[in-house]
Amino acid sequence: MSLVHEIDYGTPASHSQKTVTLTVDGAEVTVPEGTSVMRAAMEAGIQIPKLCATDMVDAFGSCRLCLVEIEGRNGTPSSCTTPAMDGLVVRTQTGRLKDIRRGVMELYISDHPLDCLTCAANGDCELQDMAGAVGLRDVRYGYEGENHVFPAAKTNGASNARFLPKDESNPYFTYDPSKCIVCSRCVRACEEVQGTFALTIEGRGFNSRVSPGMHESFLGSECVSCGACVQACPTATLTEKSVIEIGQPEHSKVTTCAYCGVGCSFKAEMRGEELVRMVPFKDGKANRGHSCVKGRFAYGYASHQDRILNPMIREKITDPWREVTWEEAYSHVASEFRRLQYQYGRNSIGGITSSRCTNEETFLVQKLIRAGFGNNNVDTCARVCHSPTGYGLKSTFGTSAGTQDFDSVEQTDVVIVIGANPTDGHPVFGSRLKKRLRQGAKLIVIDPRRIDLVRTPHVEAAYHLPLRPGTNVAVVTSLSHVIVTEGLFDEAFIRERCDWDEFQDWASFVSLPEHSPEAVEKLSGVPAEAIRGAARLFATGGNGAIYYGLGVTEHSQGSTTVMAIANLAMATGNIGREGVGVNPLRGQNNVQGACDMGSFPHELPGYRHISDDATRDIFEKLWGVQLQDEPGLRIPNMLDAAVDGTFRGIYIQGEDILQSDPDTKHVAAGLAAMECVVVHDLFLNETANYAHVFLPGSTFLEKDGTFTNAERRINRVRKVMSPRNGYADWEVTQNLAQAMGLGWNYTHPSQIMDEIAQTTPSFAGVSYDLLEREGSVQWPCNEKAPLGTPVMHIDGFVRGKGKFIRTEYVATDERTGPRFPLLLTTGRILSQYNVGAQTRRTENVVWHEEDRLEIHPHDAEQRGVCDGDWVKIASRAGETTLRAKVTDRVSPGVVYTTFHHPTTQANVVTTDFSDWATNCPEYKVTAVQIAPSNGPSEWQVEYESQAKQSRRIAAKLEAAE
Amino acid sequence: MSHNGTHDKLIYMANQIATFFTSQPRDGQVAGIADHINHFWEPRMRNQLFTILEEEGGKGLNELVIEAAKQIRRPAVA
Repeated sequence: MSLVHEIDYGTPASHSQKTVTLTVDGAEVTVPEGTSVMRAAMEAGIQIPKLCATDMVDAFGSCRLCLVEIEGRNGTPSSCTTPAMDGLVVRTQTGRLKDIRRGVMELYISDHPLDCLTCAANGDCELQDMAGAVGLRDVRYGYEGENHVFPAAKTNGASNARFLPKDESNPYFTYDPSKCIVCSRCVRACEEVQGTFALTIEGRGFNSRVSPGMHESFLGSECVSCGACVQACPTATLTEKSVIEIGQPEHSKVTTCAYCGVGCSFKAEMRGEELVRMVPFKDGKANRGHSCVKGRFAYGYASHQDRILNPMIREKITDPWREVTWEEAYSHVASEFRRLQYQYGRNSIGGITSSRCTNEETFLVQKLIRAGFGNNNVDTCARVCHSPTGYGLKSTFGTSAGTQDFDSVEQTDVVIVIGANPTDGHPVFGSRLKKRLRQGAKLIVIDPRRIDLVRTPHVEAAYHLPLRPGTNVAVVTSLSHVIVTEGLFDEAFIRERCDWDEFQDWASFVSLPEHSPEAVEKLSGVPAEAIRGAARLFATGGNGAIYYGLGVTEHSQGSTTVMAIANLAMATGNIGREGVGVNPLRGQNNVQGACDMGSFPHELPGYRHISDDATRDIFEKLWGVQLQDEPGLRIPNMLDAAVDGTFRGIYIQGEDILQSDPDTKHVAAGLAAMECVVVHDLFLNETANYAHVFLPGSTFLEKDGTFTNAERRINRVRKVMSPRNGYADWEVTQNLAQAMGLGWNYTHPSQIMDEIAQTTPSFAGVSYDLLEREGSVQWPCNEKAPLGTPVMHIDGFVRGKGKFIRTEYVATDERTGPRFPLLLTTGRILSQYNVGAQTRRTENVVWHEEDRLEIHPHDAEQRGVCDGDWVKIASRAGETTLRAKVTDRVSPGVVYTTFHHPTTQANVVTTDFSDWATNCPEYKVTAVQIAPSNGPSEWQVEYESQAKQSRRIAAKLEAAE
Repeated sequence: MSHNGTHDKLIYMANQIATFFTSQPRDGQVAGIADHINHFWEPRMRNQLFTILEEEGGKGLNELVIEAAKQIRRPAVA
């Protein structure tokens, strides 16, 4: 094993179709027009010395090390800023160049500490490499003069005003100004790649220093800790603390981040089985070499002391846990499940697949339920997030997934972001989007809250429609009203691709006066002119793309809004090519995959309905069982049935429904009513408080498999260390299946993928061999598209003709009134992830140690609430307390919070209203009242003590490790 | 507002489905509702719906749901 080596070409690739041919050191090389001489040389295998250039940022030309000689030109131009041209004859190594480079290096080194042996970058330092490359043998200037290196002068001990101490404020990396060569790579990475503009160069000439914000600490500045600067740094100035602590890695593997649905590729850099660092992989097609604080740094949970490593059992949930052997755990679960089925019927048990686990693991869980339990009571957390996406897009386009790849955003001219907050929820996509916006694409934000994208450095939305929560359908339909009534629709596209009669029906529907912006203004609070302006911009501004998130789906009308979005895209002809499309930003790393793998109770893998005889036949033949032809229970239905007494046992892999699902009290009642709750997870999560069996899970670092991200991209997950609990999750499911009498014998997840490919047409071409060769592919991947499908519906919709569907706005029954006059909506924050089970167990807590309630100054003042005060938030479902943050990011009448911390219990407040089509809960609208409070609510106190009680472990076995 | 038990919740859910289809073209409304319930409701949910229809005369149910009931598949008795 060795490190996965990535070539640094020095400057970014040019995408020009036209090529030019030049000669570098006698070698002829042909490159796309716009390529730098430096990059062209590297393509020919010639590495020109460089310090300020790296291919993640644009050329800068400051270090003067990459100089070359070009025949017929005067002087020594820098190769990074000189474009390659036809017929250029370039020499990279001449006597003159050697002298200049050595002189430059001499100056650099004269102001740099010579502690190479004890430096964290030893072995991975470009400055060191360049000193070697240019043959630096002596520094004539000495080190005694003006410098940034020593805290005090060696001669007289006088303090050195130029010296800056190390900034260790960021939990994950250090900034050591004494090692800085002011190449600006970090500053440019922050601007160009991340788009935060947190770093700058202060001062001039010899006074130039890298400065976070206005001479602040990294933690105190706007820095979002994405790690791009650390990656860009050629020296030890910005260094991961883990590298300082452990040392340089010796081998690495490419794998996929297990946080959000962007699905970034990383190199897991290792020393033995110890993870040294995660570095974003340049060839990762989702992230193109970028990362966020979670994927880059927040992996500490994998080795957190809270991880449970031995299986545990208990009779009653009030008992302490008792550690048992795996065999005992499996046979206990098997006999309990069989007992329940004997006693209460075959359909009295079920399971939940995990959107955090691999495709292979998810496939096995649904297989266990369908083939082993003999029913279809399987669901997944997509139920509570993007199930309306599946329903809405399947109805209109014919596939339950987004239409584009992330690269598509680079061709987009107008972007609608609705009900999503990419810079927090999908940060790497957020950065790619901001890059495009800085290049001039226009932005329309539809969100009750002023998310960062509305106005952020060098980005400003053309329109922000701050609608009242719950009025998405009205506003999106109104956009279509403007487009249809003003004749801005793409008739040629619609006639060719869609059903013209259905379009006409829909067009007359949206043209009704009640859908006009003026009428909708009264419902949504969005000024009519803003709706009109946004609609005109979207219809006429060029390639239009819609990106949306849970602010669309998690409503009573979630599915209807998805349809309204699809209608809008079809009406404007924005489907079927690069730069356009309907793009759901999926929440979890593998929620797309979990849906693809047949996790829904009504669907077999590949979105084929369970009532379809031909599809069932494929699986029945292969699995040797008869499958039920009726849909099973969805998560909320399971809980209802549990309370009713007809659902008694559940196997939950990697999901924390007690914390993540709405109306906590109802979830708790459902779980409490069951006789055998099996939780398979890394930690004793909140749901485990109600569990009878706990099966320890493994992390993404400890197993092989695949994740499918929001762009349908199937990425490899590669095992870099042994599972601390002893088994990968697919092995645990397999062992459980064997205990239940199923004759499974997979020895590697690739065999499970082969079974998926064999049974599921959209995956027919997928294999680990293919993924090894291609890195990743986007489904559908089959005979028609052997290398996958980046953009869908190119020549026609999957369902045939695109279907326009009427989208009537229906107000949610969750209404404000005198008792509950405010509307609560929820969201997330960059540094924390979902219920926080992982991120709360990392240093990320420095950025967000508690959930806060955002409230408008007007509403706060009326209630006598000041910033930082404890407030009680009460809805019809329950009440909880948290601290207030007074801000005008929310409109008057709207309050907002995150749900990352179990103590906050935001879902005690949310109700059991749900999407009409999919039962996706209405998280985004809850009528509430806010009042000052002295401390935790009764429920919080009770919950806390119950949770504490429930987590006791008695009778510890010897550790499995 | 929380519903009182599964019974009320099912009525609410069925009516929500009916509300969506009410706005759809006339000829597809009833079939749309029945189709949706057939596709997504587990047998015991459909059984409960039939109980509401037959033993309670469909009290609380949207008229379209009652009309659609003829096309809703009656689950085999479990």
